[in-house]
Amino acid sequence: MTILLILVPLALMLGGLGLAAFLWALRNGQYEDLEGAAMRVLSDDDLPP
Amino acid sequence: MAEALDLSSFVRRRDDGAAWMDFAVEGIVDAGSIRAIEAALCKLAGLTKARVNFSARRLHVEWTAGGLDPARIVADLAALGYRAHPFAPQAREEDIEAAQARWLLRCLAVAAFAAMNIMLLSVSIWAGNVSDITPETRDFFHWLSGLIVLPAAAFAGQPFFRSAIRALRARSLNMDVPISLGVLLALTMSVVETARHAEHAYFDSAIMLLVFLLAGRYLDQAMRRKTRSYAANLSALRAPVAARVEASGEISTVPAAALKAGDTVLVRPGERIPVDGLVIDGCSEIDQSLVTGETAPYAAPAGCEVFAGTLNFSGALRISVRAAGAGTLLDEIEKLMDGALTQKTRYLRLADRAARLYAPVVHSMAILTAIFWMLAGRSPHDAIITAIAVLIITCPCALALAVPAVQVVAAGALFRAKLLLAAGDAIERIAGVDMVVFDKTGTLTLPELGSEAADGASPAAIRCAARLALSSHHPLAQAIAALADDRTPFNAAEEVAGAGVRAIIDGEEARLGAPSFCDLEAEALAARQAHPEASVIAFRRGVETAVFRVRQKLRPDARAVILSLQARGLPVAILSGDAAPAVRACAEALGVGEWRAAMRPQEKIAWLAERKAEGRKVMMVGDGMNDAPALAAAHASLSPITASGLAQAAADALFLGERLAPVAAAIDIARRANSLMRQNLLFAVVYNLVAVPLAVAGLATPLIAAAAMSGSSIVVTLNALRASREPKQLSPLRTAPAPARRLNEATP
Repeated sequence: MTILLILVPLALMLGGLGLAAFLWALRNGQYEDLEGAAMRVLSDDDLPP
Repeated sequence: MAEALDLSSFVRRRDDGAAWMDFAVEGIVDAGSIRAIEAALCKLAGLTKARVNFSARRLHVEWTAGGLDPARIVADLAALGYRAHPFAPQAREEDIEAAQARWLLRCLAVAAFAAMNIMLLSVSIWAGNVSDITPETRDFFHWLSGLIVLPAAAFAGQPFFRSAIRALRARSLNMDVPISLGVLLALTMSVVETARHAEHAYFDSAIMLLVFLLAGRYLDQAMRRKTRSYAANLSALRAPVAARVEASGEISTVPAAALKAGDTVLVRPGERIPVDGLVIDGCSEIDQSLVTGETAPYAAPAGCEVFAGTLNFSGALRISVRAAGAGTLLDEIEKLMDGALTQKTRYLRLADRAARLYAPVVHSMAILTAIFWMLAGRSPHDAIITAIAVLIITCPCALALAVPAVQVVAAGALFRAKLLLAAGDAIERIAGVDMVVFDKTGTLTLPELGSEAADGASPAAIRCAARLALSSHHPLAQAIAALADDRTPFNAAEEVAGAGVRAIIDGEEARLGAPSFCDLEAEALAARQAHPEASVIAFRRGVETAVFRVRQKLRPDARAVILSLQARGLPVAILSGDAAPAVRACAEALGVGEWRAAMRPQEKIAWLAERKAEGRKVMMVGDGMNDAPALAAAHASLSPITASGLAQAAADALFLGERLAPVAAAIDIARRANSLMRQNLLFAVVYNLVAVPLAVAGLATPLIAAAAMSGSSIVVTLNALRASREPKQLSPLRTAPAPARRLNEATP
């Protein structure tokens, strides 16, 4: 069962990374305009003509 | 644009000196609009950021202070075909709500993260308990769970803990009190049990409870935020602008919200007066139907007092803006509003009523359980553990979701039926009404005037008159202009002050205006006698003549809606500030037996108080400033979106569009939602009747608690989804068949 000493912290760390990513996205305003983001994906003006 | 647009009052500054402001933009429909707007604005010198928020239909722009005139942005967008309206800085409530939504989402994220990891450990323990887990491993898993849950619950439980403390301070009970108590006791007991190397700990129950409840609360908040931002956009689109006369004599266009007392504004014929004030010079007739409900215009000479929202008919006025003073109509109405709001017996929401019954029952049940087991000879420790298990399993997960889940879904259904909910408990109150009272002007009738030609006018004359009317600013002429199918005004049409408008068409003079202006006084007199409530406008072009009646037009489905309300067993009445003949004609046309005319605001309140004393729950539907106190005093209230600001603030919900159907839809959807809420509460009670005996008997293991809590929450949520189905009674109003058929179909 000593494998738990590695696996449990690993699982928690991965989960924690996900949580941190979500909180970062929230703070960064990624959830302010969900419909707009779906539209912007179609825009290609960042490509050279 | 000849006049400068001054938006300086909307510009906000950031600490680093950059200026920014928000616009509500009309016409954003697809990805192309986002691109077009942002690309066009990025070319402006000085602009540092332009970002469209598609969900909110808003535009956020930033620029280096002094480097750009925001009026350029409005002008550039107008050139692209988008109308931008500045967003008032006082809309702070929305910022607060947005911050709260982010907070709830953060809490939910933390709780969900913890719950997922705990479940991993808990499932291992449950599986291990029936097979070969060693006590050491189980303890390790329990401690690990505690380590994750305790900080997570301390963070994610804050919305509930704070609300519970607030309620206790106010010496009342809300749903958050038993929730907080349940969570705290579950956590404490689990820590104690873990320290004692026990088989069961309830860390998973506590955190799962928080996840479900936070999800419900976030949805509830998101629903309210959506309607609020929609309503805020609408009010920005409708925000009046004023022509301010500067000290230099120049005229600049400013939003009415930016006017200060002492400013002078110019109001041209056909414009709505943007502010309360005194007429300095000029003379005109003013239609104050939005304020008093009266349709006949009154004369406003210099020195006369005028109110925001009234319509200037015939002449240009200069008005000195003044702050609301004592003794004015507005002041009187505001006093009545305060009175009505304090007198209104505070409605106790269904959920709070349930909480008041629920909490004492559950808590005494837990105490009785402890006493019972101690008397039965168990150790105090075992007795207390069983009692806490009762509290955990009865923790009102389903009960707390029962009402908000239905509210969220019903608000969505109302939104689709063109209703914006303003008050959270409005659904319950609208469901309870047993009488509907309408204001006449602007509520049963359309806010704009409608016109019709008297018999005998040739179609060619009507078309010509309507085209000629396009050249006039007079509101009566604009009603006639609505009949025009060719929207190009005649060249060289000339407006004659106080008389009408004339133009030379194919070498022949055509005139539209007062009957004396067109030599049609006899015909006008006949038309006036037949329809005393209408204004008469005459038209002459050579031998061709026409007489138009311009009057308030009923909403297209007003009669159908009133019939269907009556068919539902709801008596209907009309309370109007307008004169008796106009109200009688309207009541007769709609088949309403009970009506009162020339009512002052306090008389409306008194009438409502009488009905209340008879035990009736009245829904008031009104739009005028004079209706606002009655809207506040009624059991429930609705306003059209065109209503005066004061009335909108007092109403429980606003309806959009020119149809009256949302009034009937509101009652149907609210009644349906109310019955679903009651079903859900009943289910929560039944759930407790099953779960509590198990817990009292000491059989509620964490596994059973987890299954029971999530199961009941899901059932309640699924049941709530039924509120979005369209009520069957609504369909006849949509397709609008003949009124007589509607009466039969609409039987409840």
